[in-house]
Amino acid sequence: MTPQAFRLPEGGRVSRDEPVGFVFDGVRYQGYRGDTLASALLANGVHMTGTSIKLGRPRGIFSAGVEEPNAVVQIEAPFPEPMLPATTVELFDGLVASGLPGQGRLSADPDPARYDAVHAHCDVLVVGAGPAGLAAAAAAARSGARVVLADDQPELGGSLLGTREVLDGCPAAEWAAEVGRALEAAPEVRVLRRTTVFGYYDDNHLVAVERRTNHLGPLAPAHLSRERVWRIRARRVVLATGAHERSLAFADNDRPAVMLAGSARAYVNRYGAVPGRRAVVFTTNDSAYAAALDLAAAGVEIAAVADTRPERGEWARRAEQAGIEVLTGHAVVGTEGERRIASVTVAPLDGGSPSGAPREVAADLLLVSGGWNPVVHLFSQAGGRLWYDAELGSFVPDSCRQAVDVAGSARGVFHLSGCLADGAAAGRRATEAEGFAVEEPLALPRAAEEPRSPALPVFVVPGPDGAGSATHFVDLQRDVTVADLARATGAGMSSVEHLKRYTTAGTANDQGKTSGVLTSGAIAHLLGVDVGALGTTTYRAPYAPVSFAALAGRDRGVLHDPVRVTALHDRHVALGALFENVGQWKRPWYYPREGEDMAAAVLRECRAAREGVALMDASTLGKIEVRGPDSGIFLDLLYTNMMSTLKVGMIRYGVMCRADGMVFDDGTVIRLAQDRFLMTTTTGNAAAVLDWMEEWLQTEWPHLRVHCTSVTEQWATVALVGPRSREVLGSLAPELAVDNDAFPFMAWRDTAVAGIGARVCRISFSGELAYEINVLPWDAPALWDALLGAGGRLGITPYGTETMHVLRAEKGYPIIGQDTDGTVTPQDLGMGWAVSKKKPDFIGKRSHSRPDTARPDRKHLVGLLPDDPAVLLPEGAHLIDSEVLPAPPVPMLGHVTSSYRSAALGRTFALALVRGGRDRIGERLYAPVGDHVVPVTVASPVLHDPEGTRRDG
Amino acid sequence: MLLIPCPWCGPRDEAEFHYGGQAHVPYPEDPAALTDEEWARYLFFRDNPKGPHPERWSHADGCRRWFNAVRDTSSNEILAVYRAGEPRPVIA
Amino acid sequence: MSPRTPGADLPEHPEWLWRSPEPKRSYDVVIVGGGGHGLATAHYLARNHGITDVAVLERGWLAGGNMARNTTIIRSNYLWDESSGIYEHALKLWEGLEEELDYPILFSQRGVLNLAHSLQDVRDSVRRVHANRLNGVDAHWLDPREVKDVCPIVNVCPDVRYPVMGATYQPRAGIAKHDHVAWGLARSADAAGIDLIQNCEVTGIDVQDGRVTGVRTSLGPISAGKVALCAAGHSSVLASMAGFDLPLQSHPLQALVSELLEPVHPTVVMSNAVHVYVSQAHKGELVMGAGIDAYNSYTQRGAFHIIEEQMSAALELFPVFARAHVLRTWGGIVDVSPDASPIVGLTPVDRLYLNCGWGTGGFKATPGVGWALAHTIAHDEPHHLNAPFTLDRFTTGALVDEHGAAAVAH
Repeated sequence: MTPQAFRLPEGGRVSRDEPVGFVFDGVRYQGYRGDTLASALLANGVHMTGTSIKLGRPRGIFSAGVEEPNAVVQIEAPFPEPMLPATTVELFDGLVASGLPGQGRLSADPDPARYDAVHAHCDVLVVGAGPAGLAAAAAAARSGARVVLADDQPELGGSLLGTREVLDGCPAAEWAAEVGRALEAAPEVRVLRRTTVFGYYDDNHLVAVERRTNHLGPLAPAHLSRERVWRIRARRVVLATGAHERSLAFADNDRPAVMLAGSARAYVNRYGAVPGRRAVVFTTNDSAYAAALDLAAAGVEIAAVADTRPERGEWARRAEQAGIEVLTGHAVVGTEGERRIASVTVAPLDGGSPSGAPREVAADLLLVSGGWNPVVHLFSQAGGRLWYDAELGSFVPDSCRQAVDVAGSARGVFHLSGCLADGAAAGRRATEAEGFAVEEPLALPRAAEEPRSPALPVFVVPGPDGAGSATHFVDLQRDVTVADLARATGAGMSSVEHLKRYTTAGTANDQGKTSGVLTSGAIAHLLGVDVGALGTTTYRAPYAPVSFAALAGRDRGVLHDPVRVTALHDRHVALGALFENVGQWKRPWYYPREGEDMAAAVLRECRAAREGVALMDASTLGKIEVRGPDSGIFLDLLYTNMMSTLKVGMIRYGVMCRADGMVFDDGTVIRLAQDRFLMTTTTGNAAAVLDWMEEWLQTEWPHLRVHCTSVTEQWATVALVGPRSREVLGSLAPELAVDNDAFPFMAWRDTAVAGIGARVCRISFSGELAYEINVLPWDAPALWDALLGAGGRLGITPYGTETMHVLRAEKGYPIIGQDTDGTVTPQDLGMGWAVSKKKPDFIGKRSHSRPDTARPDRKHLVGLLPDDPAVLLPEGAHLIDSEVLPAPPVPMLGHVTSSYRSAALGRTFALALVRGGRDRIGERLYAPVGDHVVPVTVASPVLHDPEGTRRDG
Repeated sequence: MLLIPCPWCGPRDEAEFHYGGQAHVPYPEDPAALTDEEWARYLFFRDNPKGPHPERWSHADGCRRWFNAVRDTSSNEILAVYRAGEPRPVIA
Repeated sequence: MSPRTPGADLPEHPEWLWRSPEPKRSYDVVIVGGGGHGLATAHYLARNHGITDVAVLERGWLAGGNMARNTTIIRSNYLWDESSGIYEHALKLWEGLEEELDYPILFSQRGVLNLAHSLQDVRDSVRRVHANRLNGVDAHWLDPREVKDVCPIVNVCPDVRYPVMGATYQPRAGIAKHDHVAWGLARSADAAGIDLIQNCEVTGIDVQDGRVTGVRTSLGPISAGKVALCAAGHSSVLASMAGFDLPLQSHPLQALVSELLEPVHPTVVMSNAVHVYVSQAHKGELVMGAGIDAYNSYTQRGAFHIIEEQMSAALELFPVFARAHVLRTWGGIVDVSPDASPIVGLTPVDRLYLNCGWGTGGFKATPGVGWALAHTIAHDEPHHLNAPFTLDRFTTGALVDEHGAAAVAH
């Protein structure tokens, strides 16, 4: 076939001097810049784009926009993308696409494109830049209001781009361009092209996606985001979203070259492509006549217009004047043709059913118009109610709780002058409601007043008696026919939602944009009920499909969640540490040396801490400063133990519970002054603990004069641990008396360490003599280096979280979140000593006396010693009291929370929560592991230095 | 994304806030004096109405203050906001 | 005619489903709520107990609430004995349900992976695997390489923000087609003579001398010997009609589907740490869900940022999804209890039974809870499967704390 044989020699908005090469279904074609893939295919005489999903019937381009049900394609190059309507794919050089029978393909290669999101705030958001939207935006912009105008097309004008309508004597598209230029020049207006507003959420929060580089194909600059999500908060919204034409259900209404009349008109006028040579037009309303006349003017022979209406209206007379045969009171009752239609059968209608002799008309194109559905999707998403306008045969907007107005054909105004006036009025109302003064009303261009006669909505054209309705399609993409709907109603279904689910009508990629109302109409026809009473299925976001990548935006990889590192991170990296994620923090896990695995490294690190000296970065612990005269009272309520009696200069360990009595967090509290405390939290819980404190202070105890501030990032902390830690500290802190009497356990001192101002705390999470040295973060590397230097001759060893866990477990110190799980009380942990009996109340106290919480046989934290000292129990293993594994369900007594190899003990050991565990010490239990059981003996959780002799060095 | 009028900062996106459940549930004066049933009611039972609901919000990514709002749970419409400690406004 | 796209359509529904009768004035049992749980309860009342003078009252269209809105994941690998008891009973019923209902419910045991992203996730996961196995629930711990074997598209590279450190795997878990399940149950109940009454909103519950006597509805009063509440997100509203409170909060829960895609995802993947779960349903669409919206709401609408967060999490795990498209989003109302476990059993009102608090877990429990609640109704005492799930546990403190056990940081 001649290239672009169906392209008009002139006219339309394509650039004939910019030819574009593309491949569809393996065939190379040429189109022009300004084409869509669909218009370029039509210009090359290609209607059929694939076969249908269930029945495998040939299907072709049906519409010219986002509502397309048939021509859904797979983009193969430049990068695979599934399931795009060919009617929305802007043509570019190098495009390779293929037709799809309903399932797309994902690329196994990573998507190289970038995506991002921005926020916008405006007084008025106008959605849609057709005549109503342009008028609304122009009217609103005059007031000085901040206006955002968003439209899904590359060019403003909406339907005006596809008609030959005239405004003030000029082509309407020129008016649209001029309004667009004026809007773009206005300082408070933002015009977003290629931008689909796809979601309408609460409080006028709308979301849109802008396709920024797709139309550039392989030339898209890599640094630009391919798609951008706009999160728009608008004081008022004007929806000028237009209308979608719909088809009717008649026999074989699905063949290629059956096309919506308005879409055919757009192909001729906007793209200069004629979708056929000889057309039949089938309509229930006036709009298809304009299409017929425009196609005729472009040289398409209009074989006949079949109009369901018995009366001959003004449009019919115009058509006849143009030499077109108009068959009033007629319907199309069938089509023939394989890869595209070859003929159309028309018959007179009597009382809604065909009667009289059918007549076959040769044609390669059938234009249909069953009426227009206002695009009410966003309005409905906003919570707006719809009503059924029987005269239009459409659902139109009623009221909505949100600040939204609907203008133009989106509310059923289907003529140009009306759309302009409606849009301008909506724009003015929106700005006035927001308090913007409008001087003069917007001067609107004059549109020709076209004749109008009422539509006669028809949804189903029954076939001849007995012929059935198995090819009367309502949903082309899901292959749903009137016969399918009849089967569903026959099964007892009467709700439109059930019918949708029974037949899958409306569930495909187009989400029923052209088929939804037709489906309701066909169901109403079958059930003999009113369409309005039946209603439609619910419209939901997104209005049109949006890529996962666009929604994910930049929040991927390292930006998925912030990475927090300590002031010493570079030191850890240089020492070869492996890192553990703890909350958002990267913590050194262990520091393997050449040839060491984790077990070897941890044993070495543990040995250093127990026998010599070791150091750890403890900066990630949460730190909260608590100030004010009532701080002691507050901390007494917060912690299970007494904090108000703590002396300045001293430190106390504390546990806090939720109100349900379960352990929430633990840490140390140091008293800096009478009215000033500094507390630490676990690494992962720092923010939650601060939130918790503020919640109680603000909502329950606002009378307490207390302020809390997070100072986690203000301090870097190095734990210096081991029997020789005193030597190291002493050598670096000449002003500090480090002997046990002068600087006892659980005391703190301000001093200089290696010449750096430091707060040194005698705290131990290992049972060894230990110090926590706190300095300003920028001094931390110097401190670290000084400690390594001073401890070098003693073999000072950096250690990570794994060694910390082993050391504390040997002493039976629990890790909140590892040895507890939100169902564990302090008493369960054996920390009754940390639960005050004297205080009248603390958060969680009352819960401890509930019947289940006070039971003596709750699960207790105990130690476990495997009989075989080389066997390491898996953390998470459960415990039973039987040597032989019984059949399930097996009664379980508890589980292993922590399990390690101990250098100090020379064996493996574990901590576990065991039912009545403290009364089982010495008892033999069994841990099923795989298909055998591991015998263990229950022990005290304090396995190393139970007398606590090592604490003071 | 609700637009929540923080009584201290003005209207802000919901994502800046932390939800705190039903408002006006005071911590009992003397928990020890409560029966287990009464304590359970304080711990676990909160109103769950379909309609206006007085509730607590914290402007967690803003001023970090707790305040109260009356929101209609059948529409998400915020009918009133007021500072902690202020009485619940009468909603007509 | 081309061949049909593989997997792109579903088996046909049967020629007949259910009647739409007018309500009678009186029934032995009235079930409030025509969702999956209400319908399963009706089915098992008839099947297990021969009780058929039953009405199921649905305020909208049958199975149009959470049953129509959930992401259809079925598994039983819960931590606590009480939970795995009822969910495993349900899973066993799922395995025979297609035959039992003579309905193609498309139960596909394609396995569920629950990913672990931190060392503590790993500990919690291994703990759950061990507990599951001792409770007779199939469960495996997989390392990242084995995860990749089960689901090749999961990104197990160690250099992502929260790397996959392994996963629990329940091979018997899977998905089913929610509408088909509900309709199979409804057809069975209807065939047994149970009246399924749609567009019938309960407006009041009549209680005399501490005993329920009937309900008032938008279609008039209906007296009943026994009444069971199976109303999910609206349970609090109904309980207040009967004069008692529930420790529930109703939250929006959103879900979404993509367009139809060629098979790419062979199993079900869930990640609590990065908040997403995803499967590829029978027609080829990716079905995804995320966390609940934070605030109480009955609107069946959520906020958009929840969807955005879910998508970034999804692409962290599945980079291959980048150019898939979100086709449709929606929201349901989930009734969340303080311990993330359900409340099923007796109430302070005699002959009034309760089934609520399932949060995000209701679908998978459908046959199990129907079985147990039918027993509870028939015998006026809890079945051993639902006995632990009393209202009373919130007073004693004997919670079945499924989220406490999985949501504590360190």
